[in-house]
Amino acid sequence: MMSAAIRIKQVSKCFGSTQALDRVDLEVQQGEFFGLLGPNGAGKTTLISALAGLVRPDAGSLCVMGHDVQGDYRAARRHLGVVPQELVFDPFFTVRESLKIQSGYFGIGDNDDWIDEILENLGLTSKANANMRMLSGGMKRRVLVAQALVHRPPVIVLDEPTAGVDVELRQTLWAFIRRLNEAGHTIVLTTHYLEEAENLCTRIAMLKAGRVVALDTTANLLRRFSVHALRLRTAGAMPLELARDGAENGGWWSFPFDGFDQVEPLLARLRAAGCRIDDLEIGKPDLEEVFVRVMQGPPQGQVN
Amino acid sequence: MCHGGFSTLFYKEVLRFWKVASQTVAAPVLTALLYLLIFSHVLEGHVKVHGVIYTAFLIPGLVMMSVLQNAFANSSSSLIQSKVTGNIVFVLLPPISYLEFFLAYVLASVVRGLVVGAGVLLATFWFAPLTFAEPVWILVFALLGGAILGSLGVIAGIWADKFDQLAAFQNFLIMPLTFLSGVFYSVNSLPPFWQQVSHWNPVFYMIDGFRHGFFGVSDASPWLSLAVVGTCLALLTTFSLNLLKRGYKLRA
Ligand SMILES: Nc1ncnc2c1ncn2[C@@H]1O[C@H](COP(=O)(O)OP(=O)(O)O)[C@@H](O)[C@H]1O
Ligand SMILES: [Mg+2]
Repeated sequence: MMSAAIRIKQVSKCFGSTQALDRVDLEVQQGEFFGLLGPNGAGKTTLISALAGLVRPDAGSLCVMGHDVQGDYRAARRHLGVVPQELVFDPFFTVRESLKIQSGYFGIGDNDDWIDEILENLGLTSKANANMRMLSGGMKRRVLVAQALVHRPPVIVLDEPTAGVDVELRQTLWAFIRRLNEAGHTIVLTTHYLEEAENLCTRIAMLKAGRVVALDTTANLLRRFSVHALRLRTAGAMPLELARDGAENGGWWSFPFDGFDQVEPLLARLRAAGCRIDDLEIGKPDLEEVFVRVMQGPPQGQVN
Repeated sequence: MCHGGFSTLFYKEVLRFWKVASQTVAAPVLTALLYLLIFSHVLEGHVKVHGVIYTAFLIPGLVMMSVLQNAFANSSSSLIQSKVTGNIVFVLLPPISYLEFFLAYVLASVVRGLVVGAGVLLATFWFAPLTFAEPVWILVFALLGGAILGSLGVIAGIWADKFDQLAAFQNFLIMPLTFLSGVFYSVNSLPPFWQQVSHWNPVFYMIDGFRHGFFGVSDASPWLSLAVVGTCLALLTTFSLNLLKRGYKLRA
């Protein structure tokens, strides 16, 4: 049987009195594009650090491609590439030196062809011989991504890679990561841009206070927690019998519906009630709404 | 080039100090040279130690002091910088064992110590007739002393969270130990109480043994010094490896 790319079992971690992770169970299959979402302090970085061996869990176990991150750490780390959340760099070296050194740490001597390819794909070729200190924040971020890829890890974890990054880099980065995913690499990412996660990830876990509070395919999450809605603005006040079915927010009325066959009857009722519509749009389900609902939900238990 | 976690980390640590050699090599050589000029000017002609003129006696002391201080500076400053800036993750993420980690940092420290020590020797040996009576001891004590201070640097670099904590370690432990070890004088010329104190200072044995290699005479037997220095290295290695194995302050 093919081993899971990532298997996390009952992992807990406390920092003093802060419960950063609380019996987290999670499995990511090979080839998935997986999103790990949650508000600040939810435990995303701690979970990634535990996977990378930077944090030792108080309980539970973690495996990368079937290799335990403590017991079989060499194999686990060879199969894992992590882009850390903090923008770190070594000021003593150039971009190329940094990448060569990082390759050496993984036991790869002659890696120039792959390094050139990474540089090219991340738009770093012209900066290859620049000292790390001289690079802008966005360029440093690219190098951080490159450093995580030098050993061609089958599992790639990116911790908020697009935080504070310009549009161009985001597009370059996602195009490259998508290609890697298509080539078979498993991708796990955390991001605060929910639109990004919605577009990229096929499955999503949501973390809140160290617990997994939602875990499903993106499509299912959207179906379960978010709906289509007819949103409109009327000239006069909303008649009472219609106001019951909707909700008002900033002058806009929102009428949720499950199927498009419900739109016409709704419009007919509005017309019959003598409403004049000034503006109208159809709201689609989005991850933002899912996120807000999941985070507002009751904190107990894990949802599966 | 190099592959393998250990050799790459070792290479990177050497490259790191070599890239700023004016600060990490030239500056300490100049400092030692200034000590030599000042002390020998003040004391030359007044003192003879072990039948050797003072300047000649002083040179091995200064060389060894430079080896020790620079070995300590290399591992400790590299680690604290990596921790403070966060780029320590680059060495923590790859499949590098704690033993490889330790050896790479310590060996790079020894290299820095030896390079500076050789520089100090080259810059100073013109000033006095120097002999190389038993050169094996010179090499043995330079290597062991460098390794001991390199390990201490690893411990200090891992323990300290901020630069001023590292500075405290350096100012209140490393500096007193090196200065009160007979770099500038023979401990036999001290009052009995301070002689006793000096014999509890491991750095005294490093310098005394090192000096024995030059003149063939010393305050203590080089074999006793070897035993003390070897024991110190064994203890510090065990202690450092234990810290690293537990992930102390490196892996939360
Ligand atoms: N090294 C640490 N020491 C103490 N507390 C920590 C440490 N790392 C994380 N925490 C705490 O653990 C919780 C989870 O943090 P983190 O994993 O960084 O969340 P996220 O990445 O989801 O924003 C937070 O309350 C944070 O303050
Ligand atoms: Mg985080």
